[in-house]
Amino acid sequence: MAEPTTTPSGPETSSARTGTPLVKRGLAEMLKGGVIMDVVDPAQARIAEDAGAVAVMALERVPSDIRRDGGVARMSDPEMIEGIKEVCTIPVMAKARIGHFVEAQILEALGVDYVDESEVLTPADEAHHIDKWAFTVPFVCGATNLGEALRRISEGACMIRSKGEAGTGNVVEAVRHLRSITGDIRKITQADPAELFDWAKKLQAPLPLVQEVHETGELPVPLFCAGGLAIPADAALAMQLGAQAVFVGSGIFKSDDPPARAKAIVEATTHYDDPQMLAKVSRGLGGAMPGLEIGGLETTFADRGW
Amino acid sequence: MQGAVRPHARAIEALDAEPVTVRTPDQLAGVDSLIVPGGESTTISKLLDSSGLAGPLAARLADGLPVLGTCAGMIVLASEVLDGRADQRAYGAIDLTVRRNAFGRQVDSFEADLDVTGLDDPYHAVFIRAPFVEAVGDGVEVLASVDGHPVLCRQGPVLVSAFHPELTDDLRLHELFLALAG
Repeated sequence: MAEPTTTPSGPETSSARTGTPLVKRGLAEMLKGGVIMDVVDPAQARIAEDAGAVAVMALERVPSDIRRDGGVARMSDPEMIEGIKEVCTIPVMAKARIGHFVEAQILEALGVDYVDESEVLTPADEAHHIDKWAFTVPFVCGATNLGEALRRISEGACMIRSKGEAGTGNVVEAVRHLRSITGDIRKITQADPAELFDWAKKLQAPLPLVQEVHETGELPVPLFCAGGLAIPADAALAMQLGAQAVFVGSGIFKSDDPPARAKAIVEATTHYDDPQMLAKVSRGLGGAMPGLEIGGLETTFADRGW
Repeated sequence: MQGAVRPHARAIEALDAEPVTVRTPDQLAGVDSLIVPGGESTTISKLLDSSGLAGPLAARLADGLPVLGTCAGMIVLASEVLDGRADQRAYGAIDLTVRRNAFGRQVDSFEADLDVTGLDDPYHAVFIRAPFVEAVGDGVEVLASVDGHPVLCRQGPVLVSAFHPELTDDLRLHELFLALAG
């Protein structure tokens, strides 16, 4: 664990330690039951906070635009991230490319609250993810299955989000990935201890983490859902399937009425198991973002990551 | 509503009391005491409004409902909030002025051992983008401080902490709260 060199406005108390796993996972605990929204400028960040988002993800283009424009997608301009930090009182996250530890160093220096090592950006390393233990800032990573999730956790990720397929407005991949992760967790919980060695081999994941899942019946870090959520019912579906919070990207700011939709998705995430409430908040939101069939995609972001 | 609900529920269960999740006015009417957990205080404040809980909660608090507020919960229960949002509610269950995110951003979040009045051994506390208390009113007892800033306070049956007792296995503060709640 890297010790920080400075604590700008932290405590002077001698026993105080920053950047510990408990402190890094702690923020993810605080985001549970909430909605993290993609924003591309300070005006959108204000709408997100006004709607009750628990955090914002600052990026230059939402995934649907990245998909449309093509080319290489990189970390956002620091000036743009700082502009969003200035107008927000809630946590600000930002994305770094898979394996691009220097982008992560820059984001940490900017004081972002969480770094998303994200498949939505073009990967910088086709074999290695970032060594996330080396940072004080916590990381969230995407996963399509339990093995991928546990590999990211072994590299120091403090939050896992099921990947889904970002920028499509199609929830089918999010459901597939969430079901795959929670389904395998259930099977491992029921497994004989002797079978855990084979599970670790099949999942290509460290044995101690597989054993921890067996004992606790859950991931060692919070499990959130991302990728393709577009309407309040999608958020509630993810929550009922076992996600502990949701990320909504293009779904809000590519719809007809972003403030109303943002607020409705926040309320649907809170009252995810109350159909009466879900019916109430789903009314009169205008058009949702146009969706895409997964089979027609040129690039599937979810396949990025190893 | 939103935030670290489950870790609190686990601590309450470990002390042989029965936790209930409160998201509606009906659920609030059925409880003897309440925990407002850590989370985002702006989100919790808005959800209390949109769920129709704001009025009933203010009434129960005025009526002396025992309540534990941790981090965001402390902000929601305070009488005044600095560095918050203009539309953020402060329910005034305890006479405190709280500064939001006073210890800084996530990279400044920390864990530390605290001396707590009434506890024999230090309490290991986890602070996440934590607030601290700028000013306390008469009748508020300060039970612990960091660098001279109060971080654990009590007034009657209201106990608030800037840190997260639900993130560690130390049940002493939950125990203290259940004793206050009778």
